[in-house]
Amino acid sequence: MTDVGSAEMKIAGMTGCAIGVVLVVLAVAAALPFVLSNYQVGLATEMLIFGMLAMSIDILAGFAGRTSLGHGAIFGVSGYVVVYASAQAGLPPAVAFVLGMIAATFVAIIFALLAVRTSGVYFLLLTLALGMIVWGICLRWTQVTGGENGMRGDVRPAFLVTHRAFYWAVLVATTFVSYAMWRFVRSPFGLTLLGIRDSESRMKSLGYNVPLHLFLGFAVSGFFAGIAGALYAMFNNFVSPSTVALAQSVEGVLMMIAGGVGTLFGGFVGAAAIITLENVVSAYTERWQTVLGLTFIVIMIFAPEGIIGTLRVILTRGQGDKEHSKNK
Amino acid sequence: MSTFQLLNGLTFAALLFVVASGFTLIFGLLRIVNLAHGALYLLGGYVGFAVATKTGSFALGGLGAMAAIAAIGLVLDQGLLRFVRGNELRQVLLTLGFAFVLNDMALVIWGGDSFTVPIPQMLKGGMRVFGTFYPTYRLFVLATGIVVFAGLWLLLNHTRLGALIRAGVDDAEMVEASGVNIRRVFLVTFLLGSALAGLGGLMGGAFLSLYPSADAEILVFSLAIVIIGGRGSLVGVGVGSLLVGLLNTLGQVMFPELAYFVIFGPMALLLAFRPLGLFGRAATT
Repeated sequence: MTDVGSAEMKIAGMTGCAIGVVLVVLAVAAALPFVLSNYQVGLATEMLIFGMLAMSIDILAGFAGRTSLGHGAIFGVSGYVVVYASAQAGLPPAVAFVLGMIAATFVAIIFALLAVRTSGVYFLLLTLALGMIVWGICLRWTQVTGGENGMRGDVRPAFLVTHRAFYWAVLVATTFVSYAMWRFVRSPFGLTLLGIRDSESRMKSLGYNVPLHLFLGFAVSGFFAGIAGALYAMFNNFVSPSTVALAQSVEGVLMMIAGGVGTLFGGFVGAAAIITLENVVSAYTERWQTVLGLTFIVIMIFAPEGIIGTLRVILTRGQGDKEHSKNK
Repeated sequence: MSTFQLLNGLTFAALLFVVASGFTLIFGLLRIVNLAHGALYLLGGYVGFAVATKTGSFALGGLGAMAAIAAIGLVLDQGLLRFVRGNELRQVLLTLGFAFVLNDMALVIWGGDSFTVPIPQMLKGGMRVFGTFYPTYRLFVLATGIVVFAGLWLLLNHTRLGALIRAGVDDAEMVEASGVNIRRVFLVTFLLGSALAGLGGLMGGAFLSLYPSADAEILVFSLAIVIIGGRGSLVGVGVGSLLVGLLNTLGQVMFPELAYFVIFGPMALLLAFRPLGLFGRAATT
């Protein structure tokens, strides 16, 4: 991470150099729709949305040391609520969007209440089981969720119907959400989460309320996942059990790991890599699930630090690896 | 709950026990959460189905399913998991990736239709028990569950291998230090656990039928059982299976669409008071 205590001038918590990089990235991202086809703009939109999901998972995994396999469910619940509220209940899109975020945060709170007392593999198992329960409900509760067929409905407000307009809207949302997440993990609260990741018992003896911090961290992470889910529902105008399925959580986690655990913005790199891979593979074979599984296995065996993490390892090794003992 | 529903719950619990006991054996001893366990169950069912319809013998189907799934377990353990030993998170995610591959391959081979493993003539029809007429096959499942429980209990408590497994659950390093090849014990346990998933697949395939998302359903039940019962405890799996099996049946009778909630409730309650499950103990390392 960048050093927090530097004496450089900072605007909104960023150094001048960082602001420059952010502006360039944003300008390039904003200009993309002028050179890409509609289909590619759709892909880019998806990358932004899933990047957001991956980042929300990274808040827990990278900063609190708790990998959640239930975020796909939180993400999907938001989508279900958005589509249900606008298509079935006839509410305006903005209200539906807010309701989706609230629902996701609510689900995250329930997950968090149960999961904060566990850690390591138990945390993983519990979030997995909870996520699958949500999936089971979406699949079986046919009257409300439409069962296996899912629900369809035009969720986007009129001015966002075109691919380009929606892409820009998502880009703006992503920018704000990413900034919020970045500020969050660097806040004193975020640093407490880091402390919990590194040594729970030490934080406890320093007087921090560990379960409370984890609970709040989980709720915030779920809130961000909910924003991503609501955007995804608007992107597809459709939700089905596969939106909340385990595969969704797994893809999110894979993107997070592929980008690099604890790098936050690596989520976008991971999302871009996985979505590109998915599209390239889908052109040749229908066996995306197999490729996804194999990718998972390969990354776990060869590059558990992710793309950015591995690059970083190579770079630091080049500089004579001094302080590279921080990796667990 | 009528006697019929009670029996439904018990027979379902017996099936869950067979599957989840394999899951918890591996989790307890090797500290590997094998998320491919559901996929192994489903694949066991498919293999059992294929063998049983080809040969016309249910027993051969069972043997075939167990052997095939043990072989896949061997590949998973020796071919893949050996590279990520000691890192719990990477192991779990690797087995998850493996599950995706297995499921997709099963979809290629057997397609999306649902299959029901043919029941042998002897076990067809029903019989009178406790005043109700009940399918013989499901009683057979119940009996198998009890036999597996007894077998595992004898294995764990009255054999040398069982003593090694129990010692390994408590402290694998100490066992190794006392001159035992713990790797071999690990491998045998992994194969046994996988074979149990295969057996469960065949048994479940005959009354729940086999279809592409059956693996996820059985996995969530197994997870609930292990979370309730605690890591690596045979009695824990037994109690967990009974609870989950009976609650699930109760849930299906009372709120058919929200049956999952009925398992979720007790699991949540339990976690609030005993994060390690009813019979779980904190890891020593």
